[in-house]
Amino acid sequence: MQRRTFLQGSLAGGAVAVAVSAGLLSPQSVLAAWPEGAFSAKSVQDAMSGLFGSADNTASGDIKIKAPDIAENGAVVPVSITTSIGGTSRIAIIAAKNGSPLAASFDLGKSTKGFVSTRIKMGKTSDVIAVVEAGGKRYSARKNVKVTIGGCGG
Amino acid sequence: MAKSIRIRAKAKGSETTVKALITHPMETGLRKNKKTGKKIPAHYIQEVTIKHNGTTAMTANWGPAVSKNPYVSIMLSGARAGDSIELSWLDNKGAKDSASTKIK
Repeated sequence: MQRRTFLQGSLAGGAVAVAVSAGLLSPQSVLAAWPEGAFSAKSVQDAMSGLFGSADNTASGDIKIKAPDIAENGAVVPVSITTSIGGTSRIAIIAAKNGSPLAASFDLGKSTKGFVSTRIKMGKTSDVIAVVEAGGKRYSARKNVKVTIGGCGG
Repeated sequence: MAKSIRIRAKAKGSETTVKALITHPMETGLRKNKKTGKKIPAHYIQEVTIKHNGTTAMTANWGPAVSKNPYVSIMLSGARAGDSIELSWLDNKGAKDSASTKIK
């Protein structure tokens, strides 16, 4: 009986491996796609390379960050990123001086415009960095947000 | 889980704005319970997916730095009134929820 379950298990495992190698299933959809390394990174550089594979990016004027100049409550900082760069596939929001800088990353579909809006927590006054990936290239923009009451750890 | 998602989608010309609010504690795991001094375990949404007529329009990976009761908004082009929009989320404890609406 044990032998039988073992055989079934290995067969099922084999089928998945074949599907992955045939490109039917991307490994990301089989395993959890959540990039733990990028989210637990303690520096902006590590967070960028953990998420995009490289920390290199070009500053771009085509990315607009809408965030308050002064956030009275760091627990709720509204941030909107708008980009006019064509073929934007991913937008990441990074709070430079948070213990773990990467706040969120959005993978966008083809018919989704280069826009995301959300609310993040900020520990202290720092830059909010938006990194946009489009056509395999990375662009970034930053905006300083002054935080009067920190929102991490409270 | 009780309904945790409020979602709206509104078409204006060729653009559709999707807005959603999710009810979730988004604990960072760094906060302490003031009475016991013990850390409150991390509990936050890791993945959010928005689908337009069954096609994925956005997959977001979130860390604990997204605010409590998160808000998310995106814009779609080429969507029409009556199309279905579905949002689902998954947190680090394996809890999940989904909701759908029609574009107005």
